[in-house]
Amino acid sequence: MIPHLISTRDLSREQAIALLDISADMAESGARENKKLPALRGKTIVNLFYEDSTRTRISFEVAEKRLSADVINFSAKGSSVAKGESFKDTIVTLREMGVDGVVIRHPSSGAPHLLAERDWIDVPVINAGDGTHEHPTQALLDAYTLRAKRWGDSARSKGLDGLRVVIVGDILHSRVARSNIWLLHTLGATVTVVAPPTLLPPGLSEWPVSVSYDLDAVLAQPCDAVMMLRVQSERMRAAYFPNAHEYSAGWGLTLERFHRLSPDVMILHPGPMNRGFEISSAAADATQSLVLDQVANGVFVRMAVLYSVLTGTEVMS
Amino acid sequence: MTSNIVMQSADVTRAITRIAHEILESNRGSSNLVLLGIPTRGVTLARRIAAAIASIDGVHVPLGSLDVTMYRDDLQKQPLREPAPTNVPVDIEHATVVLVDDVLYSGRTVRAALDALTDLGRPDVVRLAVLVDRGHRELPIRADYVGKNLPSSSGERVNVSLSETDGVDSVDIEREAP
Repeated sequence: MIPHLISTRDLSREQAIALLDISADMAESGARENKKLPALRGKTIVNLFYEDSTRTRISFEVAEKRLSADVINFSAKGSSVAKGESFKDTIVTLREMGVDGVVIRHPSSGAPHLLAERDWIDVPVINAGDGTHEHPTQALLDAYTLRAKRWGDSARSKGLDGLRVVIVGDILHSRVARSNIWLLHTLGATVTVVAPPTLLPPGLSEWPVSVSYDLDAVLAQPCDAVMMLRVQSERMRAAYFPNAHEYSAGWGLTLERFHRLSPDVMILHPGPMNRGFEISSAAADATQSLVLDQVANGVFVRMAVLYSVLTGTEVMS
Repeated sequence: MTSNIVMQSADVTRAITRIAHEILESNRGSSNLVLLGIPTRGVTLARRIAAAIASIDGVHVPLGSLDVTMYRDDLQKQPLREPAPTNVPVDIEHATVVLVDDVLYSGRTVRAALDALTDLGRPDVVRLAVLVDRGHRELPIRADYVGKNLPSSSGERVNVSLSETDGVDSVDIEREAP
Protein backbone atom coordinates (compact mmCIF):
# COMPACT_ATOMS: atom_id res chain seq x y z
CA MET A 1 0.00 0.00 0.00
CA ILE A 2 2.67 2.52 1.05
CA PRO A 3 6.43 1.90 0.87
CA HIS A 4 7.28 4.25 3.77
CA LEU A 5 5.39 6.47 6.21
CA ILE A 6 7.11 9.85 6.28
CA SER A 7 4.27 12.36 6.23
CA THR A 8 0.49 12.27 6.50
CA ARG A 9 0.44 14.53 3.41
CA ASP A 10 1.45 11.48 1.37
CA LEU A 11 -1.68 9.54 2.36
CA SER A 12 -4.76 9.49 0.18
CA ARG A 13 -8.15 9.35 1.87
CA GLU A 14 -8.48 5.67 0.87
CA GLN A 15 -5.06 4.80 2.27
CA ALA A 16 -5.73 6.66 5.52
CA ILE A 17 -9.09 4.95 6.01
CA ALA A 18 -7.53 1.56 5.18
CA LEU A 19 -4.88 2.16 7.85
CA LEU A 20 -7.58 3.05 10.40
CA ASP A 21 -9.57 -0.07 9.47
CA ILE A 22 -6.51 -2.30 9.84
CA SER A 23 -5.91 -0.61 13.22
CA ALA A 24 -9.41 -1.69 14.25
CA ASP A 25 -8.55 -5.30 13.37
CA MET A 26 -5.37 -4.99 15.41
CA ALA A 27 -7.41 -3.64 18.34
CA GLU A 28 -9.59 -6.73 18.16
CA SER A 29 -6.55 -8.99 18.52
CA GLY A 30 -5.34 -6.83 21.43
CA ALA A 31 -8.40 -7.86 23.41
CA ARG A 32 -7.49 -11.56 23.25
CA GLU A 33 -5.71 -13.55 25.89
CA ASN A 34 -2.92 -14.32 23.39
CA LYS A 35 -2.20 -10.89 21.92
CA LYS A 36 0.53 -11.95 19.54
CA LEU A 37 0.11 -12.22 15.76
CA PRO A 38 2.66 -13.94 13.53
CA ALA A 39 2.59 -11.50 10.60
CA LEU A 40 6.14 -10.11 10.98
CA ARG A 41 7.82 -13.26 12.21
CA GLY A 42 11.46 -13.35 11.12
CA LYS A 43 11.61 -9.58 10.47
CA THR A 44 14.11 -7.43 12.32
CA ILE A 45 13.08 -3.84 13.01
CA VAL A 46 15.35 -1.20 14.46
CA ASN A 47 13.97 1.66 16.51
CA LEU A 48 16.42 4.42 15.78
CA PHE A 49 15.89 7.13 18.36
CA TYR A 50 18.12 10.19 18.06
CA GLU A 51 15.84 12.06 20.42
CA ASP A 52 14.34 11.25 23.82
CA SER A 53 11.02 9.50 23.82
CA THR A 54 9.17 7.28 26.22
CA ARG A 55 5.68 6.66 24.95
CA THR A 56 6.38 6.60 21.22
CA ARG A 57 9.37 4.29 21.54
CA ILE A 58 7.62 1.90 23.91
CA SER A 59 4.46 2.00 21.82
CA PHE A 60 6.41 1.05 18.69
CA GLU A 61 8.24 -1.67 20.60
CA VAL A 62 4.99 -3.16 21.90
CA ALA A 63 3.49 -3.00 18.39
CA GLU A 64 6.53 -4.71 16.84
CA LYS A 65 6.51 -7.45 19.46
CA ARG A 66 2.76 -8.03 19.09
CA LEU A 67 3.43 -8.72 15.41
CA SER A 68 6.27 -11.13 16.31
CA ALA A 69 9.09 -9.00 14.85
CA ASP A 70 12.54 -8.96 16.40
CA VAL A 71 13.25 -5.55 17.85
CA ILE A 72 16.49 -3.62 18.19
CA ASN A 73 16.40 -0.44 20.22
CA PHE A 74 18.98 2.16 19.38
CA SER A 75 19.27 5.47 21.15
CA ALA A 76 21.87 8.00 20.13
CA LYS A 77 22.86 8.47 23.73
CA GLY A 78 25.37 5.80 24.66
CA SER A 79 25.96 4.74 21.04
CA SER A 80 28.69 5.39 18.48
CA VAL A 81 26.83 8.59 17.60
CA ALA A 82 28.10 9.95 20.90
CA LYS A 83 31.60 9.07 19.63
CA GLY A 84 31.04 11.11 16.48
CA GLU A 85 29.76 8.55 13.98
CA SER A 86 27.86 10.14 11.08
CA PHE A 87 24.19 9.45 10.39
CA LYS A 88 25.05 7.76 7.13
CA ASP A 89 27.67 5.48 8.68
CA THR A 90 25.21 4.36 11.34
CA ILE A 91 22.60 3.57 8.69
CA VAL A 92 25.03 1.67 6.46
CA THR A 93 26.14 -0.35 9.49
CA LEU A 94 22.52 -1.31 10.19
CA ARG A 95 22.05 -2.26 6.54
CA GLU A 96 24.96 -4.64 6.65
CA MET A 97 23.53 -6.25 9.78
CA GLY A 98 20.38 -6.99 7.80
CA VAL A 99 17.50 -5.04 9.31
CA ASP A 100 14.14 -5.21 7.53
CA GLY A 101 12.62 -1.92 8.66
CA VAL A 102 13.60 1.33 10.37
CA VAL A 103 11.51 3.37 12.77
CA ILE A 104 13.25 6.69 13.19
CA ARG A 105 12.93 9.69 15.47
CA HIS A 106 15.32 12.51 14.80
CA PRO A 107 15.64 16.12 16.01
CA SER A 108 16.26 17.28 12.42
CA SER A 109 13.23 17.78 10.20
CA GLY A 110 13.63 15.69 7.07
CA ALA A 111 15.91 12.96 8.45
CA PRO A 112 13.38 10.15 7.75
CA HIS A 113 12.77 11.54 4.27
CA LEU A 114 16.51 11.52 3.58
CA LEU A 115 16.71 7.93 4.77
CA ALA A 116 13.85 6.87 2.49
CA GLU A 117 15.27 8.73 -0.52
CA ARG A 118 18.95 7.81 -0.39
CA ASP A 119 20.30 4.40 -1.29
CA TRP A 120 22.01 3.97 2.09
CA ILE A 121 19.48 1.35 3.03
CA ASP A 122 16.61 -0.11 1.03
CA VAL A 123 14.00 -0.95 3.65
CA PRO A 124 10.71 0.64 4.73
CA VAL A 125 11.11 3.75 6.87
CA ILE A 126 8.58 4.92 9.43
CA ASN A 127 8.81 8.44 10.75
CA ALA A 128 8.37 8.44 14.55
CA GLY A 129 8.77 12.22 14.73
CA ASP A 130 11.29 14.44 12.97
CA GLY A 131 12.14 17.86 14.40
CA THR A 132 9.25 20.25 13.90
CA HIS A 133 8.12 18.52 10.69
CA GLU A 134 5.78 15.54 11.20
CA HIS A 135 4.73 12.76 13.55
CA PRO A 136 2.40 10.74 11.31
CA THR A 137 1.63 7.84 13.65
CA GLN A 138 0.50 10.32 16.30
CA ALA A 139 -1.93 11.89 13.83
CA LEU A 140 -3.21 8.46 12.80
CA LEU A 141 -3.81 7.44 16.39
CA ASP A 142 -5.59 10.74 17.07
CA ALA A 143 -7.80 10.19 14.00
CA TYR A 144 -8.44 6.59 15.05
CA THR A 145 -9.37 7.72 18.58
CA LEU A 146 -11.74 10.41 17.30
CA ARG A 147 -13.32 8.05 14.79
CA ALA A 148 -13.80 5.23 17.30
CA LYS A 149 -15.32 7.61 19.87
CA ARG A 150 -17.57 9.32 17.36
CA TRP A 151 -18.85 6.31 15.37
CA GLY A 152 -18.33 3.42 17.81
CA ASP A 153 -18.90 -0.01 16.27
CA SER A 154 -19.93 1.45 12.92
CA ALA A 155 -16.62 3.34 12.45
CA ARG A 156 -15.23 0.96 9.84
CA SER A 157 -14.60 2.50 6.39
CA LYS A 158 -15.67 5.95 7.63
CA GLY A 159 -13.63 9.17 7.63
CA LEU A 160 -14.07 12.14 9.97
CA ASP A 161 -16.39 14.08 7.70
CA GLY A 162 -17.94 17.14 9.28
CA LEU A 163 -15.99 16.81 12.53
CA ARG A 164 -14.87 20.20 13.89
CA VAL A 165 -11.47 19.99 15.58
CA VAL A 166 -9.70 22.80 17.43
CA ILE A 167 -5.93 22.47 17.86
CA VAL A 168 -4.53 24.73 20.57
CA GLY A 169 -0.99 25.70 21.46
CA ASP A 170 2.50 25.63 20.08
CA ILE A 171 1.73 25.15 16.39
CA LEU A 172 5.14 26.60 15.44
CA HIS A 173 7.18 23.76 16.95
CA SER A 174 4.57 21.01 16.80
CA ARG A 175 5.07 18.12 14.40
CA VAL A 176 1.93 16.63 15.94
CA ALA A 177 -0.07 19.64 14.74
CA ARG A 178 1.37 19.46 11.21
CA SER A 179 0.62 15.78 10.82
CA ASN A 180 -2.84 16.21 12.30
CA ILE A 181 -3.79 19.18 10.15
CA TRP A 182 -3.09 17.29 6.92
CA LEU A 183 -4.65 14.02 8.02
CA LEU A 184 -7.78 15.60 9.52
CA HIS A 185 -8.21 17.59 6.33
CA THR A 186 -7.79 14.45 4.19
CA LEU A 187 -10.40 12.67 6.29
CA GLY A 188 -12.93 15.48 5.88
CA ALA A 189 -12.70 17.27 9.24
CA THR A 190 -12.46 21.04 9.57
CA VAL A 191 -9.57 22.33 11.62
CA THR A 192 -9.11 25.56 13.56
CA VAL A 193 -5.74 26.33 15.09
CA VAL A 194 -5.46 28.65 18.07
CA ALA A 195 -2.19 30.00 19.42
CA PRO A 196 -0.41 33.17 20.46
CA PRO A 197 0.82 34.93 17.28
CA THR A 198 4.42 34.13 18.23
CA LEU A 199 3.73 30.38 18.17
CA LEU A 200 2.19 30.27 14.69
CA PRO A 201 4.43 29.37 11.77
CA PRO A 202 4.80 31.62 8.72
CA GLY A 203 2.95 30.50 5.60
CA LEU A 204 -0.03 29.25 7.59
CA SER A 205 -2.38 30.71 5.00
CA GLU A 206 -1.42 27.86 2.65
CA TRP A 207 -2.65 25.24 5.11
CA PRO A 208 -6.23 23.96 5.14
CA VAL A 209 -7.05 25.58 8.50
CA SER A 210 -8.66 28.63 9.96
CA VAL A 211 -6.53 30.55 12.44
CA SER A 212 -7.37 32.42 15.62
CA TYR A 213 -5.48 33.98 18.51
CA ASP A 214 -8.49 33.94 20.82
CA LEU A 215 -9.26 30.61 22.46
CA ASP A 216 -12.37 31.85 24.28
CA ALA A 217 -13.91 33.11 21.05
CA VAL A 218 -13.24 29.78 19.32
CA LEU A 219 -14.61 27.70 22.19
CA ALA A 220 -17.77 29.82 22.21
CA GLN A 221 -18.56 28.25 18.81
CA PRO A 222 -19.70 24.62 18.62
CA CYS A 223 -16.90 22.07 18.15
CA ASP A 224 -16.47 18.30 18.48
CA ALA A 225 -12.91 17.96 19.73
CA VAL A 226 -10.20 20.06 21.34
CA MET A 227 -6.62 18.97 20.96
CA MET A 228 -4.21 20.59 23.41
CA LEU A 229 -0.55 20.61 22.40
CA ARG A 230 2.38 20.41 24.74
CA VAL A 231 4.39 23.61 25.11
CA GLN A 232 7.79 22.46 23.87
CA SER A 233 10.13 24.41 26.10
CA GLU A 234 13.09 22.36 24.82
CA ARG A 235 12.67 23.73 21.31
CA MET A 236 12.17 27.33 22.39
CA ARG A 237 15.24 29.42 22.01
CA ALA A 238 13.48 32.75 22.38
CA ALA A 239 10.77 34.30 24.52
CA TYR A 240 7.51 33.35 22.77
CA PHE A 241 5.30 34.42 25.67
CA PRO A 242 5.98 36.30 28.93
CA ASN A 243 5.61 33.36 31.34
CA ALA A 244 3.77 30.12 32.01
CA HIS A 245 0.97 31.86 33.84
CA GLU A 246 0.30 34.23 30.93
CA TYR A 247 0.25 31.32 28.51
CA SER A 248 -2.08 29.29 30.66
CA ALA A 249 -4.46 32.23 31.11
CA GLY A 250 -4.62 32.86 27.36
CA TRP A 251 -4.32 29.43 25.74
CA GLY A 252 -4.51 26.76 28.43
CA LEU A 253 -7.49 24.47 28.96
CA THR A 254 -7.95 25.84 32.47
CA LEU A 255 -10.51 24.59 34.96
CA GLU A 256 -12.73 27.55 34.13
CA ARG A 257 -12.56 26.97 30.34
CA PHE A 258 -13.08 23.26 30.83
CA HIS A 259 -16.30 23.91 32.75
CA ARG A 260 -17.57 26.06 29.89
CA LEU A 261 -17.06 23.25 27.35
CA SER A 262 -20.02 21.15 26.36
CA PRO A 263 -19.65 17.74 28.07
CA ASP A 264 -19.63 15.90 24.72
CA VAL A 265 -16.55 17.73 23.41
CA MET A 266 -13.69 15.24 23.14
CA ILE A 267 -10.40 16.34 24.73
CA LEU A 268 -7.09 15.10 23.34
CA HIS A 269 -3.46 15.65 24.26
CA PRO A 270 -0.51 13.86 22.63
CA GLY A 271 1.41 13.74 25.92
CA PRO A 272 3.52 14.14 27.89
CA MET A 273 1.22 16.65 29.58
CA ASN A 274 2.37 19.71 31.50
CA ARG A 275 -0.48 19.70 33.99
CA GLY A 276 -1.53 23.17 35.08
CA PHE A 277 0.28 24.70 32.10
CA GLU A 278 -1.47 23.90 28.81
CA ILE A 279 -4.09 21.64 30.41
CA SER A 280 -5.62 21.53 33.88
CA SER A 281 -5.78 18.24 35.75
CA ALA A 282 -9.57 18.48 35.83
CA ALA A 283 -9.66 18.47 32.01
CA ALA A 284 -6.92 15.85 31.62
CA ASP A 285 -8.69 13.39 33.91
CA ALA A 286 -12.27 14.17 32.85
CA THR A 287 -14.53 11.50 31.38
CA GLN A 288 -14.50 13.25 28.00
CA SER A 289 -10.69 13.21 27.99
CA LEU A 290 -9.36 10.62 25.53
CA VAL A 291 -5.72 10.89 26.64
CA LEU A 292 -5.53 7.28 27.80
CA ASP A 293 -7.47 6.02 24.75
CA GLN A 294 -4.83 7.74 22.63
CA VAL A 295 -2.08 5.76 24.37
CA ALA A 296 -3.91 2.45 24.01
CA ASN A 297 -4.83 3.08 20.37
CA GLY A 298 -1.26 4.12 19.56
CA VAL A 299 -0.17 0.48 19.76
CA PHE A 300 -2.91 -0.67 17.32
CA VAL A 301 -2.25 2.11 14.84
CA ARG A 302 1.49 1.42 14.87
CA MET A 303 0.79 -2.28 14.34
CA ALA A 304 -1.30 -1.35 11.31
CA VAL A 305 1.44 0.90 9.92
CA LEU A 306 4.17 -1.70 10.51
CA TYR A 307 2.05 -4.39 8.91
CA SER A 308 1.26 -2.19 5.91
CA VAL A 309 4.83 -1.12 5.11
CA LEU A 310 6.54 -4.40 5.94
CA THR A 311 4.29 -6.90 4.17
CA GLY A 312 3.08 -7.12 0.61
CA THR A 313 5.02 -6.75 -2.59
CA GLU A 314 5.30 -3.30 -4.16
CA VAL A 315 2.49 -0.80 -4.45
CA MET A 316 -1.07 -2.09 -4.80
CA SER A 317 -2.43 -1.80 -8.32
CA MET B 1 -11.96 -16.20 -21.70
CA THR B 2 -14.89 -18.63 -21.48
CA SER B 3 -17.00 -19.14 -18.42
CA ASN B 4 -19.05 -22.20 -17.54
CA ILE B 5 -21.66 -22.24 -14.81
CA VAL B 6 -21.27 -25.44 -12.78
CA MET B 7 -23.68 -24.73 -9.91
CA GLN B 8 -26.93 -22.80 -10.21
CA SER B 9 -28.74 -21.14 -7.35
CA ALA B 10 -30.79 -24.28 -6.53
CA ASP B 11 -27.60 -26.41 -6.54
CA VAL B 12 -25.95 -24.06 -4.06
CA THR B 13 -28.99 -24.18 -1.76
CA ARG B 14 -29.17 -27.99 -1.93
CA ALA B 15 -25.44 -28.31 -1.19
CA ILE B 16 -25.74 -26.04 1.85
CA THR B 17 -28.74 -27.98 3.15
CA ARG B 18 -26.92 -31.28 2.68
CA ILE B 19 -23.81 -29.97 4.48
CA ALA B 20 -26.03 -28.87 7.38
CA HIS B 21 -27.52 -32.38 7.57
CA GLU B 22 -24.08 -34.00 7.41
CA ILE B 23 -22.72 -31.75 10.18
CA LEU B 24 -25.68 -32.64 12.42
CA GLU B 25 -25.34 -36.32 11.59
CA SER B 26 -21.63 -36.64 12.35
CA ASN B 27 -21.88 -34.41 15.42
CA ARG B 28 -25.01 -36.31 16.61
CA GLY B 29 -26.97 -33.06 16.91
CA SER B 30 -25.98 -29.47 17.42
CA SER B 31 -24.42 -29.59 20.89
CA ASN B 32 -21.03 -27.88 21.24
CA LEU B 33 -21.09 -26.80 17.60
CA VAL B 34 -19.49 -23.49 16.60
CA LEU B 35 -19.44 -22.36 12.95
CA LEU B 36 -16.57 -20.07 11.98
CA GLY B 37 -16.52 -18.62 8.47
CA ILE B 38 -13.33 -17.44 6.80
CA PRO B 39 -13.93 -13.92 5.34
CA THR B 40 -15.47 -12.93 3.08
CA ARG B 41 -17.65 -15.60 1.47
CA GLY B 42 -16.92 -18.22 4.10
CA VAL B 43 -18.74 -16.01 6.61
CA THR B 44 -21.77 -15.78 4.34
CA LEU B 45 -21.77 -19.55 3.83
CA ALA B 46 -21.42 -20.17 7.57
CA ARG B 47 -24.46 -17.96 8.14
CA ARG B 48 -26.44 -19.97 5.56
CA ILE B 49 -25.38 -23.28 7.08
CA ALA B 50 -26.37 -22.00 10.54
CA ALA B 51 -29.78 -21.03 9.17
CA ALA B 52 -30.18 -24.48 7.61
CA ILE B 53 -29.23 -26.15 10.92
CA ALA B 54 -31.77 -23.94 12.72
CA SER B 55 -34.53 -24.99 10.34
CA ILE B 56 -33.65 -28.68 10.71
CA ASP B 57 -32.87 -28.86 14.40
CA GLY B 58 -34.47 -25.68 15.77
CA VAL B 59 -31.20 -24.65 17.41
CA HIS B 60 -29.22 -21.49 16.63
CA VAL B 61 -25.61 -22.59 16.80
CA PRO B 62 -22.92 -19.97 17.62
CA LEU B 63 -21.65 -18.30 14.46
CA GLY B 64 -18.53 -16.22 13.93
CA SER B 65 -15.80 -15.12 11.57
CA LEU B 66 -12.13 -16.03 11.68
CA ASP B 67 -9.74 -13.82 9.74
CA VAL B 68 -6.53 -15.59 8.76
CA THR B 69 -4.63 -12.75 7.06
CA MET B 70 -1.99 -12.35 9.78
CA TYR B 71 -1.30 -16.08 9.68
CA ARG B 72 -0.73 -16.48 5.94
CA ASP B 73 2.58 -17.82 4.67
CA ASP B 74 2.60 -15.59 1.58
CA LEU B 75 2.40 -12.12 3.14
CA GLN B 76 5.68 -11.19 1.46
CA LYS B 77 4.72 -12.59 -1.93
CA GLN B 78 1.35 -10.96 -2.52
CA PRO B 79 0.19 -7.34 -2.63
CA LEU B 80 -0.80 -6.04 0.79
CA ARG B 81 -3.72 -7.99 2.15
CA GLU B 82 -6.15 -6.02 4.25
CA PRO B 83 -7.28 -8.05 7.21
CA ALA B 84 -10.98 -8.58 7.91
CA PRO B 85 -12.61 -8.65 11.34
CA THR B 86 -12.40 -11.72 13.52
CA ASN B 87 -15.45 -12.20 15.68
CA VAL B 88 -15.68 -15.37 17.73
CA PRO B 89 -18.73 -14.98 19.97
CA VAL B 90 -18.13 -17.92 22.30
CA ASP B 91 -15.28 -19.70 24.05
CA ILE B 92 -14.06 -22.35 21.63
CA GLU B 93 -12.39 -24.39 24.38
CA HIS B 94 -13.89 -27.93 24.16
CA ALA B 95 -16.14 -26.91 21.24
CA THR B 96 -16.59 -28.66 17.91
CA VAL B 97 -15.51 -25.96 15.48
CA VAL B 98 -16.57 -26.20 11.85
CA LEU B 99 -14.44 -23.94 9.64
CA VAL B 100 -16.35 -22.76 6.57
CA ASP B 101 -14.84 -21.47 3.33
CA ASP B 102 -16.04 -21.12 -0.24
CA VAL B 103 -13.29 -22.85 -2.22
CA LEU B 104 -10.70 -25.38 -1.04
CA TYR B 105 -7.64 -25.19 -3.30
CA SER B 106 -4.02 -25.29 -2.08
CA GLY B 107 -5.08 -25.73 1.55
CA ARG B 108 -2.91 -22.82 2.66
CA THR B 109 -5.84 -20.71 3.86
CA VAL B 110 -7.02 -23.60 6.02
CA ARG B 111 -3.52 -24.05 7.42
CA ALA B 112 -3.50 -20.36 8.38
CA ALA B 113 -6.97 -20.78 9.90
CA LEU B 114 -5.76 -23.66 12.06
CA ASP B 115 -2.95 -21.46 13.37
CA ALA B 116 -5.36 -18.60 14.03
CA LEU B 117 -7.66 -20.98 15.87
CA THR B 118 -4.80 -22.24 18.04
CA ASP B 119 -4.25 -18.68 19.27
CA LEU B 120 -7.88 -18.43 20.34
CA GLY B 121 -8.15 -21.65 22.30
CA ARG B 122 -8.18 -25.42 22.05
CA PRO B 123 -11.34 -26.86 20.51
CA ASP B 124 -11.99 -30.59 21.01
CA VAL B 125 -12.53 -31.08 17.29
CA VAL B 126 -12.02 -28.96 14.18
CA ARG B 127 -13.85 -29.80 10.96
CA LEU B 128 -13.83 -28.19 7.55
CA ALA B 129 -16.81 -27.43 5.31
CA VAL B 130 -16.39 -25.97 1.81
CA LEU B 131 -18.80 -25.26 -1.01
CA VAL B 132 -16.30 -26.31 -3.70
CA ASP B 133 -13.25 -28.56 -3.55
CA ARG B 134 -11.25 -27.95 -6.70
CA GLY B 135 -8.23 -30.11 -5.88
CA HIS B 136 -4.54 -29.12 -6.30
CA ARG B 137 -3.72 -29.44 -2.61
CA GLU B 138 -0.25 -28.33 -1.54
CA LEU B 139 -0.68 -29.44 2.07
CA PRO B 140 -2.06 -32.59 3.74
CA ILE B 141 -5.50 -31.09 4.32
CA ARG B 142 -8.93 -32.36 3.31
CA ALA B 143 -12.49 -31.20 3.81
CA ASP B 144 -15.04 -33.09 5.94
CA TYR B 145 -18.07 -31.59 4.20
CA VAL B 146 -17.99 -30.71 0.50
CA GLY B 147 -20.74 -29.08 -1.55
CA LYS B 148 -19.25 -30.12 -4.88
CA ASN B 149 -16.03 -31.73 -6.00
CA LEU B 150 -14.90 -29.80 -9.03
CA PRO B 151 -11.90 -31.22 -10.85
CA SER B 152 -10.16 -28.22 -12.43
CA SER B 153 -6.84 -27.36 -13.94
CA SER B 154 -4.69 -24.84 -12.12
CA GLY B 155 -4.96 -22.48 -15.09
CA GLU B 156 -8.69 -22.13 -14.50
CA ARG B 157 -10.46 -19.83 -12.06
CA VAL B 158 -13.31 -20.97 -9.89
CA ASN B 159 -15.64 -18.12 -8.91
CA VAL B 160 -18.20 -18.50 -6.15
CA SER B 161 -20.95 -15.88 -6.16
CA LEU B 162 -23.38 -15.53 -3.27
CA SER B 163 -26.44 -13.32 -3.36
CA GLU B 164 -25.44 -11.39 -0.19
CA THR B 165 -22.21 -10.14 -1.75
CA ASP B 166 -22.61 -10.73 -5.47
CA GLY B 167 -26.34 -10.50 -6.10
CA VAL B 168 -26.70 -14.11 -7.26
CA ASP B 169 -25.91 -17.66 -6.08
CA SER B 170 -23.72 -19.53 -8.54
CA VAL B 171 -20.38 -21.24 -9.11
CA ASP B 172 -18.62 -20.83 -12.42
CA ILE B 173 -15.36 -21.93 -13.87
CA GLU B 174 -13.35 -19.61 -16.13
CA ARG B 175 -10.74 -20.71 -18.56
CA GLU B 176 -8.50 -18.88 -21.02
CA ALA B 177 -9.79 -19.31 -24.56
CA PRO B 178 -7.44 -21.59 -26.48
